[in-house]
Amino acid sequence: MAETAAAHAPHGAVEHEGPSYIAVFIYLTLLTAAELGVYGLGLPKPVMVGALVALALTKAALVAMFFMHLAMERRGLWVVAVTPLVIISFCYFMLRPDLSRRTWAHTEEDVIVGHHEEPSAILPQIPQGKALEHADQPADSQAGQPKPAAPPPPVPQ
Amino acid sequence: MSEAAAALDTHAEGFHDELEPSLTPGNSGKLGMWVFLAGDAMTFGAGIAAYGALRWYNVNWPDPADWLGITLTAIMTFILICSSLTMVEALSSAQHGNQKRMQLFLGLTVIGGIVFLGCQASEWHHLIWGEGLSIKTSLFSATFFILTGFHGCHVFGGVVYLSTLLINSIGKEATAHEAKLLEVAGLYWHFVDLVWILIFTFVYLI
Repeated sequence: MAETAAAHAPHGAVEHEGPSYIAVFIYLTLLTAAELGVYGLGLPKPVMVGALVALALTKAALVAMFFMHLAMERRGLWVVAVTPLVIISFCYFMLRPDLSRRTWAHTEEDVIVGHHEEPSAILPQIPQGKALEHADQPADSQAGQPKPAAPPPPVPQ
Repeated sequence: MSEAAAALDTHAEGFHDELEPSLTPGNSGKLGMWVFLAGDAMTFGAGIAAYGALRWYNVNWPDPADWLGITLTAIMTFILICSSLTMVEALSSAQHGNQKRMQLFLGLTVIGGIVFLGCQASEWHHLIWGEGLSIKTSLFSATFFILTGFHGCHVFGGVVYLSTLLINSIGKEATAHEAKLLEVAGLYWHFVDLVWILIFTFVYLI
């Protein structure tokens, strides 16, 4: 069965009432030129980074909204589109505290070959036997009993 | 029409209101592609987040301008933006039943992808054999090759994807089904463009 697209177009099944694609293209080109302008101006680094990130996110939003038709789709589809952004943000901010504990890249050589440190040098040592001291007791063995007033003594280093 | 047949008529008025409404009415393939792209975005996002975190805490990170050519990559960015425009024009042509125009713009999109890959191959050739960089040289080169390489693989996949649609359309009349397939493929292509916009800024300019 050969249905023509033109015959279906009036039903609006695949047709989008969108903006002029040429206009979006021109905006994207101008924003790219603006990025190169900001890059070449020699602004202070924080200002330049902020401006470039803002321009890039604007361009990405234009592509998603108009070329990918997100602006014309049902609002529920935004959940699918935005979820990765939330997870990526978590990913970035969860990496930061881990990296901030490290003391790498103090020399030029460190950048080239990477800075490797034995885990035993940066992680506290757990004394053998202490961690499993109460492991054989059932978890609810102290249920109903009053909690000890004082915390257990600290594990000796 | 019997009562049972009327109940099964998915085109009946109010059908979508009674059942769970589709997020992409008329083209369920779009929802599938959006879900795939959401997963793909998380992969790219993990790479970019790792790059950002590594760079943030690396005080001796080299200036990308010392190693990477901004002029060539600005041209590559423009090529991808042009190919996104030809992609939406191809879709618009397909939706209006203009098969020849659709094939012309889809062919231009494929050519844009191939030219982009050629520029990237030239850039990699210069960096690897001219500058002596490799994925093992430094964190800078490792994140650069992983991010741009992963994106290049997507462009290559997109070129194969769109070429398949183009070849399949030869000698056939425009159909509504073909327009739907093209819309789904267009989502993929624009996503590849979107990711490059971010890589161009984060890896090359900043």
